[in-house]
Amino acid sequence: MSGYLTTIKPGQLSLIEDFGRFGLSHLGITQSGPVDDYAYSWANHLLGNPANVPVLEITLGQAEFRIDHACQLAITGGDLGATLDGKPLTNWSTFPARKGQRLKFALPKNGLRAYLAVRGGFQIDLHLGSVATVAKEGLGGLHQDGQPLQAGDKLHFSTHRLDRKPLQMTFRLKPDYNLPLRLRVIESYQNDAFSEVARHTFFTRTFTVSQHADRMGYRLTGPAVHPPTEPILSEGIALGAVQIPPDGQPIVLLNDRQTIGGYPKIGCVAKIDLPRLAQAKPGQSVRFIKGDLEGLQEVWCQWARFFGY
Amino acid sequence: MRLNYSIEPVAESSLLIRFDNAPSDQLSLTIGGIAKRIRLALGDYVMNIIPSYTTILIDYLPYRIASHSFIKRLILCIDKVATTENCDTNLIELPVYYHPDVGPDITLYQQQGLSVEQVVEIHTTTTYTVGAIGFAPGFAFMTEVAEPLRRARHSTPRLNLPKGSVAIAEHQTAVYPNASPGGWNIIGNCPQPLFTPNQSPMVIWEIGTRVKFRSISREEYLDIGGEIDPQQFQWGGQL
Repeated sequence: MSGYLTTIKPGQLSLIEDFGRFGLSHLGITQSGPVDDYAYSWANHLLGNPANVPVLEITLGQAEFRIDHACQLAITGGDLGATLDGKPLTNWSTFPARKGQRLKFALPKNGLRAYLAVRGGFQIDLHLGSVATVAKEGLGGLHQDGQPLQAGDKLHFSTHRLDRKPLQMTFRLKPDYNLPLRLRVIESYQNDAFSEVARHTFFTRTFTVSQHADRMGYRLTGPAVHPPTEPILSEGIALGAVQIPPDGQPIVLLNDRQTIGGYPKIGCVAKIDLPRLAQAKPGQSVRFIKGDLEGLQEVWCQWARFFGY
Repeated sequence: MRLNYSIEPVAESSLLIRFDNAPSDQLSLTIGGIAKRIRLALGDYVMNIIPSYTTILIDYLPYRIASHSFIKRLILCIDKVATTENCDTNLIELPVYYHPDVGPDITLYQQQGLSVEQVVEIHTTTTYTVGAIGFAPGFAFMTEVAEPLRRARHSTPRLNLPKGSVAIAEHQTAVYPNASPGGWNIIGNCPQPLFTPNQSPMVIWEIGTRVKFRSISREEYLDIGGEIDPQQFQWGGQL
């Protein structure tokens, strides 16, 4: 049996996401996937879902859905003031929704993006192995054309049992996305080719999230970090790579990044710190600190094992 | 081919293999062969492999295999691909409309004393080789751009470029298969689709493919489905 909920208002940018496309980046196809994979993973974890099922990433809110069949849902990530029939919902929690109820997201109070998951995951056809939505590539989404959610779109799921009690994440694990950011950076790529002064600037000064911040990358503004002038050959870009173009303003590359690029890179932001950046708003301040590869790798592996990646 | 290389971690789950050899058609084919071998031999531990001119980036799963064991197995893969004997080089010809309306940077060459006609002449004379694919789906980095046409990337990338934009950065040329931000110098537009996800193959070229450009008239360009919309070139605004 299949049920669905109907999109009344899609909001500014609501995207179907799973962990993204793998094994295709040699053709230039981006990985995509949830930019806050911590919140995405918790949404599925709280519902007892497999780790990689389709979830909705709602950026900036102002979205509304009608529940057409009773279902168990979860919301995590940024606090967008979600309500069910006007009653505030607890973030980082599961909740039952009944036929005819209205689920609304208002404006961001903390962070930028909320994740809405349903028990068992939304049923969406794969496009090149994933449902992840990438507009610039015309890949994924509800209609396999890369388009974000539109009014009238129906999100299907298998009907399932409802829980008597909501399940919540423990308070101490909830991030406060509005705090100033301190991002750990693994020094790699062209790091050695940067001058001592440039590295000092990068690791001691404060940067600001610019207006040009999206799922492809976050451009920051601040004191110029002068990159090495010697041209480099385009090479593969890892998630979280910090690219420094000639104007010296860092760009942290996220899930929808280009696969290859020729700007010098000073290192990569730690995976476990990337959700904080992906939830940051223009104007928020960012500092970079030196990260320890082995320690960060160990923490990442614990995280991956916990969520069952 | 004798290979000198290093393998270094660039992130928690990414390793970069760097080859010390100078970039060449032969190295590209060898790198392509190594990438294929890694995909076949180590697929259970690997999410993505991105070969390029002198590097291969590998995203792997460090919670399934310890990094030192993974590196040992990578070395075995590299050492087995000593040479690539088969250089099957197919040639693709692509139509391009060269004009400031679709290639606003073509006039910048006047600073170096080159007219639009001279830029077209030089760009269409060379046969290029695909050395890397990436940046965007189907985006091929081609070499070797003739010396007079070489220009550095723009210091700040444009926020939007139209689909089909034909571009130059240093010694490389390329066509943007989709609308995208980009920092390269745009000299024209190719109206032929270069990324077709619902067809096989999705992408017309692979590492080692040879490519020539053919200059077409405005009429032919519009006939094939080319579009002229200078407002699509954006330096500012929202991403």
